[in-house]
Amino acid sequence: MVQLTLPKNSTISGGKTHPRPDGATNVREFRVYRWSPDDDANPSLDTYHVDLDTCGPMVLDALIKIKNEIDPTLTFRRSCREGICGSCAMNIDGTNTLACTKGIDEVDGPVKIYPLPHMQVVKDLVPDLTNFYAQHASIQPWLQTKTPAPGTEWRQSHDDRAKLDGLYECILCACCSTSCPSYWWNGERYLGPAVLLQAYRWLIDSRDEATGDRLDHLEDPFRLYRCHTIMNCAQACPKGLNPAKAIAEIKKMMVERRV
Amino acid sequence: MRDLKTPYSRITGLGSAKEGSDHFWHQRLTAVANIPLILFFIISLISLLGSDHATVVNYLGSPFVSALMLMVILSVVIHMRLGMQVIIEDYVHGELPKIACLMLNTFFAVFVGLVSAVALLKMSFGG
Repeated sequence: MVQLTLPKNSTISGGKTHPRPDGATNVREFRVYRWSPDDDANPSLDTYHVDLDTCGPMVLDALIKIKNEIDPTLTFRRSCREGICGSCAMNIDGTNTLACTKGIDEVDGPVKIYPLPHMQVVKDLVPDLTNFYAQHASIQPWLQTKTPAPGTEWRQSHDDRAKLDGLYECILCACCSTSCPSYWWNGERYLGPAVLLQAYRWLIDSRDEATGDRLDHLEDPFRLYRCHTIMNCAQACPKGLNPAKAIAEIKKMMVERRV
Repeated sequence: MRDLKTPYSRITGLGSAKEGSDHFWHQRLTAVANIPLILFFIISLISLLGSDHATVVNYLGSPFVSALMLMVILSVVIHMRLGMQVIIEDYVHGELPKIACLMLNTFFAVFVGLVSAVALLKMSFGG
């Protein structure tokens, strides 16, 4: 059966509370998930106090400040700090999002930060996305053609190019896939919203000549049809995309080629 | 990692089953069919409230009513089986319990469908 409770060694217990900064008047509390593979301890929720007068406005600014000034052992991924690399995807205040585009003032009360849900944790806020990337590779996300490549670029009409809007913007942060209960329960067989959105991006590309093969690859009760339009993906996407709609379009294509 | 398989091998598994759209299509087909059929069923039930056995037998004796009622049974039972199958596939993960549940689901749907159909026909033919 599906495991609805955390295994014993994953339950969160205790946690260290770091002292408030001296003399600060504008202090915000951050509760951050901690787990290290280096000892046998269970995960914990550590409490940090950040002086917002000397901190940037985003959650990522606070995390960087904590790492620089309070606790250098805190581990998280980050790179571009402007919502284009997808590295700092994590669960903030109960929602999967990017720490760099989530304002601290958008959260009421203590800011609770966990890694992306239902993934193996490498350390602290760093999830293991190995399977996610393998799934992305499995849909062969590149242009495939039989016609010999033209001397210039492959051409596309403005209308056909417009069909890629709302799809090409995906940064593969995994916020959507890890918010999807179907992906939690069947993450090894169901491709998940992010990968299916990418699959649709290539299915709908007017220049691609492997559409039939791509649909064959997805024609499976688990790979595609585990999507039950729960819509958490569209809710979570920090780029405002709608993977559920892309998946619905794939299902329509599946029916279209049968009737 | 539980074994030494590569992530790509784990994800691609046994390959595409090359089916699933059939299930999807039939679930939608029966869902659409259920809208008028269930409406007909409910209206029939309400109109027969408080009637005696002879009136009901007389009502079901009409070939149109009888055929529509058979369609209600068929459409609802197929829809029920498909829906339950999805829930089992979602939540039951061990191969053996999953296959057992899927079998029981089919047996149950066929049995409920046949019992309903036989009962209906018996009344339609004046029983």
